[in-house]
Amino acid sequence: MAELSVGDQIEGLKVTPNKYIPHQYAGASGDFNPIHIDPEFAKAVGLPNTILHGLYMMGLVARANTEAAGGDPRALKRLSVEFRGMGAPETEIAVTGTVKSVEDGTAVIETAAAQGENETIRNAEAEVEL
Amino acid sequence: MTMKTDAIGKEWPATTYEVGKEKIREYATVIGLDNPVYFDREAAKGAGFRDVVAPPMFCVVYCAPALGPALFDPDVGMNFAAMVHGGQQFEWGEPACCGDEITTTAKCLEIFEKEGKDGKPNNGFYVFETVSVNQNGDEVVRGTWTNIVRGV
Repeated sequence: MAELSVGDQIEGLKVTPNKYIPHQYAGASGDFNPIHIDPEFAKAVGLPNTILHGLYMMGLVARANTEAAGGDPRALKRLSVEFRGMGAPETEIAVTGTVKSVEDGTAVIETAAAQGENETIRNAEAEVEL
Repeated sequence: MTMKTDAIGKEWPATTYEVGKEKIREYATVIGLDNPVYFDREAAKGAGFRDVVAPPMFCVVYCAPALGPALFDPDVGMNFAAMVHGGQQFEWGEPACCGDEITTTAKCLEIFEKEGKDGKPNNGFYVFETVSVNQNGDEVVRGTWTNIVRGV
């Protein structure tokens, strides 16, 4: 059982998705939107290059918060996120979190994901059972 | 421009998805998960699951077929060229395991307009809900999907 107290920073996560991760995630999720997998298409719609799937990054946020709660998938009861900046492959993503409240065996963790200064997921909140 | 809001409250036909062991492996691998409950039947059963369990965010895999028709419905009329996925929430109930048949229904919760900041055009918000239940009728996950269309 994980022990979390108000104000604790979760261990978080640092992942650098390789350039093929969007293809792999497209296959795993079924989301083949070409902005994630086709550089020519992405550039034609004004993006610098292909971008990461937002729900892939949410998957990493879910992973970090589940691990903070001890790793059992039943621990994660709720996760809400706001998608902000676009995520780029081949750039490190850092997931961070701070415990906001602990009540009746449930912790609420304020969490975010960023690539350097670029916040890709912000105002995220995870509810985990301890 | 006044937004079309006729689709508020509209529900789309349910879709059913059977959760498979190798599909869970594929999803867990790309996210970098290494808990054996996502890969190994004995480990999953040892941890009290009926079978290999899906990571919570695997729900996007079985919700997508139900949500797709809602997003593309002309009654909703979203301008895809200007659309971004703005926000997402999931609330999980019963875990989804290999062999489960998950039925998901999508509904349009809200369509509204928010004034743009600093003189920018208004943004349109389209909020959908998906509810997924397993073969026993237990709720597995409830998703709230917020799409934002810039400059409605």
